Amino acid sequence: MLGWELPPHNSGGLGVACYHLCKALAKNDVDIEFILPYKAAHSHDFMTVTAAHPQGVIEIQKAGNAYDSFKYVYESGKEEWLDVYGQQQVYEHSIGRVIKGKTYDVIHAHDWLTFRAALRAKELLGVPLILHVHSIESDRAGGNSGNPLVHEIEKTALLLADRVIAVSELTKQAIIKDYGVPAENIDVVHNSIDTTGFEIDDASNAYHYLTAMKKQGYKVVCNIGRFTIQKNLPNLLYAARDVIARQPKTIFLLVGGGDQYYQLLTLAASLGIARNVVFVGFQRGKQWRDAFRIADLFVMPSVSEPFGLTPLEAIGYGTPALISKQSGVAEIMNNCLKVDFWDVEDMADKIAAVVTHDSLRDELHRNAHIEFSKLTWDHASDKMMHIYHHHRQKDMAVV
Amino acid sequence: MKAIVLYLHVHQPYRIKPYTIFDTAVDHEYFDAEYEDRTSNEKILHKVAAKSYIPTNKKLIELLKAHPEFKVSISITGTVIEQLEKWSPEALQSFVDLCATGQVEIVAETYHHSLAFFYSRAEFEMQVDMHRRKVQEVFGQTPQVFRNTELSYNNDLAYWADKAGYKGILTEGWDKVLGWRSPNYVYRPQYTNNIRLLMKNYKLSDDIAFRFGNQAWNEWPLTAGKFTHWLNSEPDATNFNLFMDYETFGEHQWSESGIFEFLEQLPAQWLKTEGNTFMTVSEVIDSYDPVGQVDVPETITWADTERDLSAWLGNPMQTEAIHALYGVQEQIIATNDYTLIEDWRRLQTSDHFYYMCTKWFTDGDIHAYFSPYETPYEAFTNFMNAYRDLEFRLIEKGVTL
Repeated sequence: MLGWELPPHNSGGLGVACYHLCKALAKNDVDIEFILPYKAAHSHDFMTVTAAHPQGVIEIQKAGNAYDSFKYVYESGKEEWLDVYGQQQVYEHSIGRVIKGKTYDVIHAHDWLTFRAALRAKELLGVPLILHVHSIESDRAGGNSGNPLVHEIEKTALLLADRVIAVSELTKQAIIKDYGVPAENIDVVHNSIDTTGFEIDDASNAYHYLTAMKKQGYKVVCNIGRFTIQKNLPNLLYAARDVIARQPKTIFLLVGGGDQYYQLLTLAASLGIARNVVFVGFQRGKQWRDAFRIADLFVMPSVSEPFGLTPLEAIGYGTPALISKQSGVAEIMNNCLKVDFWDVEDMADKIAAVVTHDSLRDELHRNAHIEFSKLTWDHASDKMMHIYHHHRQKDMAVV
Repeated sequence: MKAIVLYLHVHQPYRIKPYTIFDTAVDHEYFDAEYEDRTSNEKILHKVAAKSYIPTNKKLIELLKAHPEFKVSISITGTVIEQLEKWSPEALQSFVDLCATGQVEIVAETYHHSLAFFYSRAEFEMQVDMHRRKVQEVFGQTPQVFRNTELSYNNDLAYWADKAGYKGILTEGWDKVLGWRSPNYVYRPQYTNNIRLLMKNYKLSDDIAFRFGNQAWNEWPLTAGKFTHWLNSEPDATNFNLFMDYETFGEHQWSESGIFEFLEQLPAQWLKTEGNTFMTVSEVIDSYDPVGQVDVPETITWADTERDLSAWLGNPMQTEAIHALYGVQEQIIATNDYTLIEDWRRLQTSDHFYYMCTKWFTDGDIHAYFSPYETPYEAFTNFMNAYRDLEFRLIEKGVTL
């Protein structure tokens, strides 16, 4: 399996999804070698994790910004400055060495950064190629066409693949629309969530200020994610203005960082709601978890969200969710409030309803949690097993 | 007689330490950064005292003793006096010694270097009163002439100062206000009777305060001889109002630039010509009748090319922050909790809003922007988190917001 990240070195949901999918597949006795573009200590006993080349985690994370370049030191001691595009090229060139002399039944690759390497592996191994799409370029570009180089890699690879997996019907339709891949070549395998570990025995919350304000009758509406165009946070702030006008005791908690950070800070001030909007920056651990826990409502207003894990995490931590209809998770959850990402008025109405009526909040969460409890990665791995078997040649071994 | 009116402004704010939402409602100390942090008030004060206050006062005292005609006017904020008391009694003593010469006049202002005049008259008057009492206690003087924060000024302020009994008020000699007229005279504010207006000669002041060390300036190097020659070539002036930050000497212009030599030579060079003298702000007001009235309906300041309040209140972050702060005035005052009220007042210091200014925050200009914070956004976030803690402290006291 070819992937770009695994926890704990993940920048977002991609690494988490890969991790849980592999874990569920391993239960079906699939022998997985997961090839990463960096070297790090892993304690995953259900699969083999291999570094494609010897750079550390820091280098790959730094290269994440397409406009920056960072020094990459090859094994031979040669140095080169690489951006994320260069990183995926190096990964492609390394793949031949990594898989040399080994045999696999299927190549399973996640997202565009690994796609060229996956094509090269198919060329060398001559085994079926399954490309797993967690997001495509138009998602990341907030509905715009995005980076033409990435677009080209996605298009070429998806057309050459033996099978394409999309994490939602929404993503499947986008792949058909953007790249002309025939519908019958694409399977939808929804992501899921590992529902264990959400029971937190910790009465304290890191957000002391919000805890105090809630005792004063304030409600907290939370978003956690990257501040990028895809996440549609400006519309959330416009909705926030309308909500605060109706319910002044509402605080919006925005956890994250990203290229829209300054823009959002200024927008909140321009809308006259800076006092009610708390910006926290990127968080991990307790501060990340407690943001879900302190909230009365989690909002994911994304322009496009191939899947969208955070609302499920919110539900796991006891908070109902409002999600955009343009998200994959909307396909599997009934007991979430849903809005079109552009409909600020509807968004404001629904947020206002939840912060006004505790009964709505509690009932929404109660039912969402019933749905949540039934979620398991086993469904995803069962579907994957079918696909693998379809393409199976000899003994199951997946790279 | 022609007089140089040298007026120096001494101020240091209480900068807010790195303060996140996780500190809010937990840590009520906003201004006590680690000594090595960029926002450490103690560290900055030590640096400014060593580079500017102590050597400049030493030089000024020598000059005042050597030239009985040499006079200086100073405004010194309550927040810097407190910091000197805590962290550099030596520098504070040098200011006391300066005033003891009898040739130095202290100018009135708000204790906290705030923009309270534009938001709350009651709070403004309280801060002016606090400052007056502090100056009386430390320097044994009662200020007669008023300056508002950043030399901000309008007709309302002049009217207020007149009614409050000040004999004079200071502001910028801005062309848009003066028109064809020269700042080198005493004026009377429109709609007032008794008070007089002194306006900064920004060209001559900025030659010293901003351009002195600039080697690309076509007048560089500026000597006291050249400077007094310029002044002597003005036939009709009565008073040259040289208004600047005290920190010009040794801090904004480093010692290496020759600024102390300039200062040392200035009195002797100027006094060489008969009829030349120095005056404090009160002396010049007592000596000359006003030559005309100046009408300032809109607020002016001594900052930037705009000469308005846009460096402090020009973007939505700044206005949101200041509106929030004055929005809780009534509740804060009603607590009668000195510590809480004082923290609220320290947050009123104009510097906090200046750090949030985005006017110069473009790629090329970032280094020209003087702030202990990396970005104006960080300054804003820090401030709002501290503000939220004030709200929390009110709630703790049972106040409903």
